[in-house]
Amino acid sequence: MIQQLAPILVLIAVVVIFSVVAIFLTSLTGPKKNPTIAKQMPYECGVPGINVRTTKFPVKFYLTAILFILFDIEVIFLYPWALVFSDLLKKSPFVFIEMMIFMVILTFGLFYVWKGQALDWD
Amino acid sequence: MGDGLLEFIVNTVKIALIFFAVVSTVPLLVWVERRGSAFMQNRLGPNRVGPLGLLQLAADAVKFIFKEPFVPEAADKALYFMAPALCLLPAMLTFAAIPLSTPFTVGGHTFKMQVTDINVGIVYIFAVASLGVYGILVAGWSSSNKYSLLGALRASSQMISYEVAMGLSIIGVILKYKTFDLTKMIGAQTGPFNFTWQGHNFEPLSWLPNWGIFFQPVAFILFFTAGFAETNRLPFDLPEGEAELVAGYHTEYGGFKFNMFFMGEYGHMMTSAALITILFFGGYALPWAGGGPVQVQEFWLSHSTWLSQTLSLSASEAASVLTMVTHLACFSAKMGFFLFVYIWVRWTLPRFRYDQLMDLGWKTMLPWSLANLGATTALMFFARYNPL
Repeated sequence: MIQQLAPILVLIAVVVIFSVVAIFLTSLTGPKKNPTIAKQMPYECGVPGINVRTTKFPVKFYLTAILFILFDIEVIFLYPWALVFSDLLKKSPFVFIEMMIFMVILTFGLFYVWKGQALDWD
Repeated sequence: MGDGLLEFIVNTVKIALIFFAVVSTVPLLVWVERRGSAFMQNRLGPNRVGPLGLLQLAADAVKFIFKEPFVPEAADKALYFMAPALCLLPAMLTFAAIPLSTPFTVGGHTFKMQVTDINVGIVYIFAVASLGVYGILVAGWSSSNKYSLLGALRASSQMISYEVAMGLSIIGVILKYKTFDLTKMIGAQTGPFNFTWQGHNFEPLSWLPNWGIFFQPVAFILFFTAGFAETNRLPFDLPEGEAELVAGYHTEYGGFKFNMFFMGEYGHMMTSAALITILFFGGYALPWAGGGPVQVQEFWLSHSTWLSQTLSLSASEAASVLTMVTHLACFSAKMGFFLFVYIWVRWTLPRFRYDQLMDLGWKTMLPWSLANLGATTALMFFARYNPL
């Protein structure tokens, strides 16, 4: 396992070093910083900019994130099952029926969310 | 110790080489995109700098380097500088697990044509690809610009919405291949199209390669479509809809930091094209090669005397190098085709409206992927048991 993951750590190091060096070096190569009041403002067109870090945004995004977590976890349960399905099917058809029950529950969940208008984006 | 150190150095050099190969493919892709777009819109595109405008890549790179290092006043400085790296990192990490070609042996050392050979490759790629959302959210929030924030919110909710359908669509593929290992998936797609029904093996069309797309056509369409949404490309490029959001989450970025977002985006595109190739089109294996990598190796064993003589390698080593080159060319051709399709679609389909995009993800693709999974499972069940 460590043999497989060690190159990933090296790659992370390579990418991080590349990013840090590139961002640092290009901050030296460019022309001198010339901040003016207009340049320092958030990019905006025609109206005064607002501080967005305190503004509100639609709760729809939050709901989408929650639905994602629910469905994605259910999907993750299906991965190991998909891996062993063919082998278990050779022994007994029960693995098929078992998973169909899970799929029906999953589909029912989707249907419930759908009818509850959680997926509507107005 | 000496041998372990040598191996470590060789592997580090290989990792750095693959990283820089990916990074330097990005400007080439940008050039293809610009020339391709120009071709589709009946204009010329960049054609002044160098032959065919190819030196435009170098000119762009120089311009990126010599820009004023602009940082907006209201930005959260630490996160603002971290975001480009957070965008680039997952793109490069996902590409690390992609097997580019068969391993080759030179001087008694075997080199694998990928950064790391992970036995749960597909799970790893999906896990790391999800982390791409963080870079985008951090960039959008730390810029303190409403366009950036809206772009980041749109991008993240779009990416997570399509990830569900994407994750479900490949379960059918895993059911077929019975493995998470990408190399084994490629191995399972060699030879002619065949399947087992009620204990009998059928080979109806011997000229058809045994590719995943013929077993999972619906999964291919879903995965391909979700790939566009995951990489924030047209027709799903609402996070960057320039008519509404200026440039989306990287509005406040310039110079090399902006370039790093670009590298990340094209890196995701390359991983997506590579995954389509591996899951549905046989990966690096040559179609119609009479069985796959083993046959290619045998062919080169009897045709590689010219290389083994010029480089004074043994016959099997020369054959392994030539096999690697053949497969790498095959993989690049397949992957290049899908990268071109990405550019092609950009100038074919108009942008979606946001509610249409979310409807497509949740109300169309998710039910279809569930139905595909149910149908695949049922087919596999009836291929084994005859209820009649």
